[in-house]
Amino acid sequence: MTSVLTPELTARWDEPDSFTRAAYRRGGGYRALAKALEMNPDDLVQLTKDSGLRGRGGAGFPTGLKWGFIPQGDGKPHYLVVNADESEPGACKDIPTMLANPHALIEGIVIACYAIRADKAFIYVRGEVLHVIRRLHHAVAEAYAAGYLGSNILGSGFDLDVVVHAGAGAYICGEETALLDSLEGFRGQPRLKPPFPAIAGLYACPTVVNNVESIASIPYIISNGAADFAAFGTEKSKGFGIFSLSGHVTTPGQYEAPLGTTLRELLDLSGGIRAGHRLKFWTPGGSSTPLFTEEHLDVALDYESVVAAGSMLGTRSLQIFDETTCVVRVVLRWIQFYEHESCGKCTPCREGSYWVVQLLDQLERGEGSEADLDKLLDICQNITGRSFCALGDSIESPVKSSIRYFKDEYLEHQRRGGCPFDPVASTLFAGELV
Amino acid sequence: MALSDERRTALEADAGQIIGRYPRSRSALLPLLHLVQAEEGYVSADGIAFCAGQLGLTEAEVTAVVSFYTMYKRRPVGDYHVGVCTNALCAVMGGDAIFADLQRHLGVGNDETTADGKVTLEHLECNAACDYAPVMMVNWEFFDDMTPHSARELVDGLRAGADVAPTRGAPRLCTWRQASRILAGFPDDQAAQGHTAGHATLAGLRIAKEHGWEPPAASAAPAARPGAASRGTASPGPAKAGTPKASAAKASPARAPRPGPVEGGQQ
Repeated sequence: MTSVLTPELTARWDEPDSFTRAAYRRGGGYRALAKALEMNPDDLVQLTKDSGLRGRGGAGFPTGLKWGFIPQGDGKPHYLVVNADESEPGACKDIPTMLANPHALIEGIVIACYAIRADKAFIYVRGEVLHVIRRLHHAVAEAYAAGYLGSNILGSGFDLDVVVHAGAGAYICGEETALLDSLEGFRGQPRLKPPFPAIAGLYACPTVVNNVESIASIPYIISNGAADFAAFGTEKSKGFGIFSLSGHVTTPGQYEAPLGTTLRELLDLSGGIRAGHRLKFWTPGGSSTPLFTEEHLDVALDYESVVAAGSMLGTRSLQIFDETTCVVRVVLRWIQFYEHESCGKCTPCREGSYWVVQLLDQLERGEGSEADLDKLLDICQNITGRSFCALGDSIESPVKSSIRYFKDEYLEHQRRGGCPFDPVASTLFAGELV
Repeated sequence: MALSDERRTALEADAGQIIGRYPRSRSALLPLLHLVQAEEGYVSADGIAFCAGQLGLTEAEVTAVVSFYTMYKRRPVGDYHVGVCTNALCAVMGGDAIFADLQRHLGVGNDETTADGKVTLEHLECNAACDYAPVMMVNWEFFDDMTPHSARELVDGLRAGADVAPTRGAPRLCTWRQASRILAGFPDDQAAQGHTAGHATLAGLRIAKEHGWEPPAASAAPAARPGAASRGTASPGPAKAGTPKASAAKASPARAPRPGPVEGGQQ
């Protein structure tokens, strides 16, 4: 049987000291750094382009191309900012990565900074993960002590400082320009683009903002070559990545596999849907991506195929819901989240999310009408594409897709004058004495 | 801030260290707010004035930032900030039931503190641990796979002063103020202790090992490697001939008993 799973980033997470420099080196860590520092920085950018690595934070923009946009010889400081603000509902891969193997991230940071000629990097980590923040500080301190950070790294003449910066609870700071505003000490509100961060990012200087998993993938690519990485995955979605399985499944967790893997393959491997139940709907890439159903079990989970099937790959956050789940309740809760997290800068998102919540709340209580569904879609259409960032667009995804696949369930709420589902049946502890 | 001269001097030294990390001083504002929260348990008007003074900002400028971020509290918080995730997936898996139950059990509403000053209860948005739903956080440490019963036991233990350890985190639970100091960039001595990975974190790795699937770098050259480039085209459709259409959605054995998390070694 061919390898459905390809543990690379996750390969040594079961070692009790996996988070230490010693364990990381035991597994071959920091060899890529030594190799990279002997290369020309421009060749590293090219190598990353050739690997086909696309941003693992959701948007899927080619990482090497992003690095290549940094103007060289411009006399300005350059910065790398690692987006470790993982907060998308369903996304839960970067947090365990940093808890178990922070040195893969640190090694990737040094290589990336050398490639884009930056001498300062920031790890912007969400604040609500205390032990992960301890581990990041620990890894940075270990890297300084070993000469992987600081001045004249491994005798190369290259200098780099890394700062661990804890956020303070704002989903919007996962948007790269809001993150930069936050890192500059302001409210985290997105900026109008262009100019893009590569031209005017942190302190208006050329800046690369990359996701944790993107950067942590760099050492493998340097060690094994671009062609090796590109041999995995599909034609336009190269390499492997972490798929996060959660919800009504027998074995939730992190599954590292080539892009193009299907949900059916992952479920077949991991024991399927929880006992006695069947799949109802799922997200391929977190709450911002349109819902899929049972008919999408064989969609190849790569950027192109998921879009062709009507959704987005996003962060490969596979949230699985079985037939006990009320889709109206789930969608309402997601939109309440977007309403809460809307930064308030753009009117369509700020006001639109509020109105969508009001309508969904009425519909869930069975106090709406079929005409409200058209109104919902109309409001969503007026939010999408009319705000600075993608948060507003995210509101439309679950609303529109849930009406598309489960319109009758919305109407059933109105016919009954309430929700037809028993919330206890969908809990983890259903049927047990608690 | 009703600070002694001694405390103020110490805080100013900490603030100086934080500001020194950044090319521009204003970038230090978020960690400085965590620092004053560590000092008083919340961000008071005096805390805001302190930050403004350190950075040459107005108090209005600092207040505008404080009000944007949910982790800064404008009222005193108990020793233990207890969060229950009620975002969609956790809510469905039991977070709603847990949160309702804890409100009854503790006699407090959302964002309220018990009379003994021990526990502040709040519902949370997604905390990036969906594979452990329903999830709770105490002072930003993970408590995984919770039930109403285990949640009641947890808060009772906290209020009784029992030794409570997170499911994935440091062995010793910090107080709210100690946790805020770590967020300001002054970690305690627990980084090399505690958990590294829980059962869900390791699920894929465990299954790969059961099948004898090697890490990519350890396998053969790309051309000969199983799985390499085998996904060829990006067209959706049955991945493997002969896979029964509904096999993935079929019922499966009950969720296996969960092994404990991997403990990190002492360094």
